[in-house]
Amino acid sequence: MKRVGALGLTLGLAGCANRPLSYLDSTSPIGSQIASLGWGLTAISVGVCIVIGVLLAVSIWRRRSGSLEVGPVNDRRAIRWIGVGVAVSTIFLVGSAVWTLITVHSIAQPGTPSGLSVDVTGQEWWWSVKYNSSDPSRQFTTANQLVIPVGVPVQVNLMSADVIHSFWVPKLGGKMDMIPSRTNMTWLEADKVGDFRGQCSEFCGLQHANMAFSVRVLSQADFDAWWTGQLQPASASDSPGLQTFMVRCAACHAIRGTAAGGILGPDLSHFGSRESIAAGLLPNTKPNLVDWINNTQTIKPGVKMPELHMLASETDEVASYLEGLK
Amino acid sequence: MVAHADTVDPPLRRRLLETWETAPGLYGWLATVDHKTIGIRYLCTAFCFLLVGGAEALIMRVQLAQPNLKVLSPDAYNQLFSMHGTTMMFLYALPILSGFSNYLWPLMLGSRDMAFPRLNALSYWVFLFAGIFLYVSFPIGQAPNGGWFAYVPNTNLKYDPGINMDVFSLGLVFLGISTVVGSANFIVTLLRCRAPGMSVNRLPIMVWGTFTASAANLLAVPAVSLACIMLWLDRRCGTHFFDVAGGGQPLLWQHLFWMFGHPWVYALVLPAMGIVSDALPVFCRRPLVGYTLVAISTVATMILGFGVWVHHMFATGLPVMSLSFFSAASFVIAVPSAIGVFCWIATIWTGKPQFKTPFLFFAGFVMLFVIGGVSGFMTASVALDWQLTDSYFIVAHLHYVLLGINVFPVVGGVHFWFPKMTGRMMSERLGKWTFWTMLIGFNVAFFPMHITGLMGMPRRVYTYDADMGVGWLNLISTIGAFVFAVGVVLFLFNVWRSLRAGAPAGDNPWDAPTLEWSTTSPPPVYNFATIPQVASRYPLWEERLKESDERSIVGDAVPDGMVLDQGKETIGVSPLDAVPTVVLKMPGDSLLPLLLTIGMAALFFGMLALSLWLIVLGGICEIVTLAAWLTPKPHEAEERVELYE
Repeated sequence: MKRVGALGLTLGLAGCANRPLSYLDSTSPIGSQIASLGWGLTAISVGVCIVIGVLLAVSIWRRRSGSLEVGPVNDRRAIRWIGVGVAVSTIFLVGSAVWTLITVHSIAQPGTPSGLSVDVTGQEWWWSVKYNSSDPSRQFTTANQLVIPVGVPVQVNLMSADVIHSFWVPKLGGKMDMIPSRTNMTWLEADKVGDFRGQCSEFCGLQHANMAFSVRVLSQADFDAWWTGQLQPASASDSPGLQTFMVRCAACHAIRGTAAGGILGPDLSHFGSRESIAAGLLPNTKPNLVDWINNTQTIKPGVKMPELHMLASETDEVASYLEGLK
Repeated sequence: MVAHADTVDPPLRRRLLETWETAPGLYGWLATVDHKTIGIRYLCTAFCFLLVGGAEALIMRVQLAQPNLKVLSPDAYNQLFSMHGTTMMFLYALPILSGFSNYLWPLMLGSRDMAFPRLNALSYWVFLFAGIFLYVSFPIGQAPNGGWFAYVPNTNLKYDPGINMDVFSLGLVFLGISTVVGSANFIVTLLRCRAPGMSVNRLPIMVWGTFTASAANLLAVPAVSLACIMLWLDRRCGTHFFDVAGGGQPLLWQHLFWMFGHPWVYALVLPAMGIVSDALPVFCRRPLVGYTLVAISTVATMILGFGVWVHHMFATGLPVMSLSFFSAASFVIAVPSAIGVFCWIATIWTGKPQFKTPFLFFAGFVMLFVIGGVSGFMTASVALDWQLTDSYFIVAHLHYVLLGINVFPVVGGVHFWFPKMTGRMMSERLGKWTFWTMLIGFNVAFFPMHITGLMGMPRRVYTYDADMGVGWLNLISTIGAFVFAVGVVLFLFNVWRSLRAGAPAGDNPWDAPTLEWSTTSPPPVYNFATIPQVASRYPLWEERLKESDERSIVGDAVPDGMVLDQGKETIGVSPLDAVPTVVLKMPGDSLLPLLLTIGMAALFFGMLALSLWLIVLGGICEIVTLAAWLTPKPHEAEERVELYE
């Protein structure tokens, strides 16, 4: 009983509070189908626990006698009741299996493919995101954020550059693994605009815990504007920040419109417009960025980005430059 | 008729003692093949590993008590959770059950030893050495760190360059030898080494559980041994089984691992469920309701258990059609479990429950089994599992299953059989405190994890963000884990105190119906002075149950009973009906199992250190020991005496 109460309480909490990774309240056609299946199976499960709990409690308390006597038994009636119990359980099991298969069938493919597809490549411990277009000049790459238009199913092609990761945006749907040598496919569709959080959900080494990303859902018009904005190259300035960046950072990071073309680390084009630093670890502010550049291995031990021991002035220049890339 | 042990013919008792007794001193300690000694060693060693694995869990719970704590480095956390899983799954959960079975089988079956006593010793020594092997790199901070599931490519040399996963892969192959050897021994013991009349429809359910699990192990363990050899070859010998760059397939590992892993999970619970099926009825003062149903569902669970491994891989992108098949199979496997639950409840319902400590553990087990069962039912649903998998919901589920269905019956079973093993009762008062502390601690620790998971906390993370809103749930779990640990300490204290000062138990303190209770507590080294003859499922209750007119012949003072005192002998029977067919000569003390294990250890340490001379040395030791083991003794031709046509 205590447990059931606790469950009810928490489900209540989960329903109203803001839980970025809770999938009990979903905002997508896929997620909400899974959520209703989840609520249904939870209800059955809680019901089973209550029924069995009551049966067990009654069976224990109904005939407590001090007698140790063992005598002849006749179990025919008991066996019949067991038969009834198993039959009822089987009905629920078959029903749940059918419900599951119907749900799986309906969420495996989106109703109306939109033609919009994104390649997401997981790597230790961040996400490379490439927006595909039939027009090669409209393709671009970004990192650790996914921006999608509202109400449109987006095909997400999932790959891995190293070990197995798993792509999971709890509020928008289930997980799909990213396995080297394979391309898995999943769909994202959101019912309303807003920001959602994604998380790697397959153990992938030291920083598995800090491999997150953000999903921003925009109206179609905002999305188109965002895409066009992303295609804009960075203004070719000769700011000291860019010069330092070219010396210190460009071997690993790329910025469209500059000579920086490294591919080992995340593409930093339009970095200033992103929500977070280091795959969802820190909010994207200049002090955080300075901190990240100075203390990379303390903040996220094991990542490939070394601590460069840059001068304070250099760090400040680079941070200012990057934050300016809106 | 049960005759008290004192009434036995003293010269016969002396003769049997001289024949069966283990040699004194260090030699005897190392060379013993007595199944009771080996069983208790298994129990103690496995329990030590439980404590180690538990300590690892507590340290992790401290790290997770609040968001963004820095008690552990990510690397230390990864090693701890990997070793926690590996220890609990491989070094505690199955060996503890092997301990019960090794100790109890010959006593329950009315035999004087297991079919292959030296093999029995070998399986223990290999288990011990493999356990040590798996921990050998722990002190230098290089313990296995890729999880107990060790998914490639994360465990390939490129991403995990230390010796961490070499220890893991070689250690599992090493340990697999113990499991396979032990399983083969259980299977042959069941088929041949029973008392006359102990036909298959009279076996205790625990025997059914261990037999089923052993058969499954013979089929499942080779998959993981193979996978681990392939992983080691990939890492150290340049093969490309799992290496994408060389055309290998990461998913191959997952298939091989879970083809083993899922049956293994059932092997970890079926014997424990058997413990409950046998011992719970004793405290309900009646036989188990639905013996046949429970026996059949035990076997059915195992068979179905081989067809559900893909439910660990629902998110790997396999075709929806095949996922649907495995999802449906995973629902079906709940049916035999439901049968078991209803049979246990019916046994309590129609019985007269006695509130002894073991009963509490077994009744608690039924509830935990149901909670773990329904969360398993939820994860069987492929669509829902796309959300649940790799979240803390699964952590909650698997701990309800493994602690609920393994640890609770095991602790209850220790309370139940402790009097038989030691001749002393455990304290009831402490036992009840243990139960309630463990039950409350367990639920406080693990129930919130369901909700933590539903709120989206992924598994195997060394820390988490405060804004996920799961800090308070994690704090509750941590508190619960420590309460549970207090329960474990209470249990240990009870064992320690009862060993010294427990009340004398007598032969059958619970008035239980099966053969192990017909001999003294602790049993003599030869178990039974005369081989029992069994006429029913409950030999010690048949006078009262009045199921038939036939009576078993048990106890020591049976005139004309089979005494088999012409050397180390026990009786061999036909597999199904247990008609006696031969007198089996049993081997005596032997150092060969230990020597073979030492050779094996040299071989595996050689492979770990990539040291050719150690490998060669170990190999030579193996060949010589095996040759000595297999060399026929001059008198061996006379060993098999045909009894009946």
